[in-house]
Amino acid sequence: MAVKKITTPLTDEVVKGLRAGDAVEITGVVYQARDSAHKRLVALIEAGDELPFELKGAVVYYMGPSPAKPGNVIGSAGPTTSGRMDAYAPLLMKHGLKGMIGKGLRTAEVKQAMIDETAVYFAATGGAGALLAKRIVGNEVIAYPELGAEAVARLEVKDFPAIVVNDCYGGDLYEEGRKEYAKPV
Amino acid sequence: MTGVRELDVREITAAVKDMCITANYDLPRDVYDALRAAEETEESPVGREVLGQLVENADIAAADRVPICQDTGYAVFFAEVGQDVHLIGGDFEAAITEGVRRGYGDGYLRKSVAEEPAQARRNTTDNTPAIIHTSIVPGDKVRITMMAKGGGAENMSSLNMLKPSQGWAGMSQAVVDTVSRAGSNPCPPVIIGVGIGGTIDMVTVLAKKALLRDVGSVHPDPRVAGMEAELLERINALGIGPQGLGGTTTALAVFIEEMPCHIASMPMAVNVQCHAQRHKTVEL
Repeated sequence: MAVKKITTPLTDEVVKGLRAGDAVEITGVVYQARDSAHKRLVALIEAGDELPFELKGAVVYYMGPSPAKPGNVIGSAGPTTSGRMDAYAPLLMKHGLKGMIGKGLRTAEVKQAMIDETAVYFAATGGAGALLAKRIVGNEVIAYPELGAEAVARLEVKDFPAIVVNDCYGGDLYEEGRKEYAKPV
Repeated sequence: MTGVRELDVREITAAVKDMCITANYDLPRDVYDALRAAEETEESPVGREVLGQLVENADIAAADRVPICQDTGYAVFFAEVGQDVHLIGGDFEAAITEGVRRGYGDGYLRKSVAEEPAQARRNTTDNTPAIIHTSIVPGDKVRITMMAKGGGAENMSSLNMLKPSQGWAGMSQAVVDTVSRAGSNPCPPVIIGVGIGGTIDMVTVLAKKALLRDVGSVHPDPRVAGMEAELLERINALGIGPQGLGGTTTALAVFIEEMPCHIASMPMAVNVQCHAQRHKTVEL
């Protein structure tokens, strides 16, 4: 498979060049955030307060790692189910979020927001946490350390493998891929 | 007291601790082999790529002694206690709980249990309590099976209180519908445990127990084996594929456990298991 190399933060030009089904390798900073962190980030936006990181062009990784063994950058670090962040994602995109890495289905509202705000959703391989951890070369908790695995961390990734599921044109690999391989019984 | 064997529960704690760690680091051989076999038969290039990553991931986890998946699960136990065993040195359930606490701590496993689920959702910080299903059996041994059950796949499971008139046609459709709705969410290729019969509580336990069978094993009852084969074929025809990106490998196996039910009922539960099917058994 041909792989597109992309770097963060993402620009509209880069997002527009990605199509559902593209294999990518991501290099740069991505922000680890899952359920509780999203709840807090959205509360900050609604209150007009400053966020712990710059959202413009940012990529979030829906992930809560296992604890790092001594000497390791991070523990196992595969994606969690993205659908739990659907309630929060459109507002974050409105404030500049350009990319989401996770796994699993998104709602129609989230997919529409990707079209409206020029953003993209990548799937990383769920359950490949040991392999994906090898592509994370830096890890610094920047907010909510009390949340443990749910804290916000600034992760430096190098050639992090993912696949474009939803692009900014309404393309959806989960739907298209399934149609292509469904068979009559 | 002839024929009664004493067993110190501290042995149980030590065994549980080891099981929690090794279950999370070492993918069972049957699942590993099934993933490799699927790499050969999967029609989608993206699907083959994903399956290759899963095999490589299992190799890395085993070699580096790190978890296969960051979701190291809720610790679920099936314990069979021989009626000729006298447990000494402490409480049985407390001994299992302590093993979980030590295993998840010493093994660098993620603590994924929250208390007060409807409101505070505070992490219990040691992955306890454990879920413990105990049965008393003949003999003087204690046999304990540990499963590390991840949340993503568990969330896609279903309980179906069907009408007897719906028959196998309605029931099998409900199984396929559960997997279809789940799509990419439970990290396919999945393993599907189906409980049939009993009551609302027992049918879900049957579905979970069904997941303990080895991938590739054939049910000893040819009638049930036929039901399992039919479901597997229909599920793999859905096109969901590895990670839901499209393909012909949506499930690695379907396992059924059944028991009689009330004449008015037809309970059926589907317990969805991701490809990281982690479990260990010890006999003490």
